[in-house]
Amino acid sequence: MARLLLHFGLPLRAFDLELTLPVEGTVALVGPSGAGKTSVLRVVAGLLEPARGGVSLDGRSWNGVPPERRRVGFVFQDYALFPHLSVRANVAFAGPVGDLLERFGIAHLAAARPRELSGGERQRVALARAVARGPEVLLLDEPLAALDAHTKAEVRGELRELLRELALPTLLVTHDYEDAAALADEVGVLVDGRLRQVATPAELVARPADAFVASFTGANLLRGRARRGELTEVTLEGGDLLFSTDDAEGEVGVVVYPWDISLARSHGDDSAQNVIRGEIGSVFEIGNRVRVRIGPVTAEVTASSAERLQLARGGVAYATFKATGTRLVPL
Amino acid sequence: MIRRALVFAATLLALAFLALPIVAIFARLSWGQLATQLSSSLVTDALVVSLKTSAIAQALVLVLGTPAAFVLASHRFRGRSLVVTLVELPIVMPPAVAGIGLLAAFGRFGLLHTGIPFTQTAVVLAVAFVSGPLYVRQAIAAFEAVDETLVAASRTLGAGPVKTFFRVVLPLARGGLGAGEALAFARGLGEFGATIMFAGSLQGVTQTLPLAVYQEFDVNFKLALTLGGLLVLISAALLLTLKWLGSSSTSAFRFAPSTSS
Repeated sequence: MARLLLHFGLPLRAFDLELTLPVEGTVALVGPSGAGKTSVLRVVAGLLEPARGGVSLDGRSWNGVPPERRRVGFVFQDYALFPHLSVRANVAFAGPVGDLLERFGIAHLAAARPRELSGGERQRVALARAVARGPEVLLLDEPLAALDAHTKAEVRGELRELLRELALPTLLVTHDYEDAAALADEVGVLVDGRLRQVATPAELVARPADAFVASFTGANLLRGRARRGELTEVTLEGGDLLFSTDDAEGEVGVVVYPWDISLARSHGDDSAQNVIRGEIGSVFEIGNRVRVRIGPVTAEVTASSAERLQLARGGVAYATFKATGTRLVPL
Repeated sequence: MIRRALVFAATLLALAFLALPIVAIFARLSWGQLATQLSSSLVTDALVVSLKTSAIAQALVLVLGTPAAFVLASHRFRGRSLVVTLVELPIVMPPAVAGIGLLAAFGRFGLLHTGIPFTQTAVVLAVAFVSGPLYVRQAIAAFEAVDETLVAASRTLGAGPVKTFFRVVLPLARGGLGAGEALAFARGLGEFGATIMFAGSLQGVTQTLPLAVYQEFDVNFKLALTLGGLLVLISAALLLTLKWLGSSSTSAFRFAPSTSS
């Protein structure tokens, strides 16, 4: 896979955007609004000129290359479909249409105008148009933000499939950590124009660089396969079996917050349905709290509990959490 | 009750006052002689001069005004508001001042020492000078209304600035541009003051329809009425076009919405 390298500085109104970020696979930029996330995408697309440094793809610098000569598939936040063109003409604007309308399930909308479409349909048109460009790099600005909760879950699964299929360096901007964890290989937390941390979603939960990252990164996302029953049974990639009160079938992500997970040195007898036994992978202090990684999950306990349990790397511990404390998201 | 009656009476009076001269023109037209009047050389010459000079003037306004408006709409620079004010000045300037200004600029003893005054070219310049600003002003607003993100999207989709202008910006601004042009065309067609000072009123050369009305009204009032009726019809057609453009485009300028909403 190609490698996109971002290394630039750009003065913005409130702060300088200063960033070094290699992008292989999908990297999600998360952070509060106004952190400069969209500006990063605009720099990669050539719509903003950085003051220092620049962007390169596989070592080829894009400095001075105008947007129309960079092969970038940019999906804008509100999709930016041309209102005066039909769906087909919107896609054809970027390049040969081929079977893209069929592939994205929008063939029946070919003659429709964007204003006649639902949010999910617009998103598909925007993606088809970006793909028609024959991009070397994909840029997605809040691709799921404009969708209602139901459509969002469905579209997120489709988007994940598409990203895997395209296998392009992809930069994804989102304010929703869950979307980032579901779609991206790596997550970068951008605050006031600086990257606080870049890591895999699991690492970010286990070892947040600071309290802000910890508060922002929220949940564990465990991948597995769900089967319906009285409770939904999810077999995790590592073989552990979990239960959830959420209804789902097939490939899912199990979302569980670190502060909803209890730790014990021995297998107790409580009402929690889910028990994961594992070696303590890391112990990480954030103020008066400690994040402890056990097998695939990260738990957050108070510093005093951590001390009492004598948690240390290498020991064995049990992580328990309730079936009601989990949510299942389609992947 | 009395208050409502007063409001009603005032409205009726205003409408009657605005409609009366138009009604009068058509009421006093000598319908029997209409065909002969319309085919008289004075009327046909004036119509040809009006349409020809308007067409050339409006072509100039479109060709020069459109890029100017686009540049003013899409660039922020020092002194921009001064330039915009300069563009708008001829709209509020008395036509007589426009005429004397054009003479001072293009006259034989003017700044540029040209032989333009009292030729058909002078009519074209006068019409362009007084009507162009209406178009440019409206075009700036139409271009500013085009979503910047769509322009950015077009660029990232492989279209350079020129292709982006013709395939995205121009189609999206079209309604507003059309409305502005209709307004400019109407203003240019009715141009009187600047034209009579700068171009004179020579039949078949510089005498436009309004100038012909003015020349005939104390010689042949019936003919002046016929010319007036012709101008009313052309103006009405333009106004309807303008309204139609206004309702078929979201970015278009509206004179006054015909329906309450």
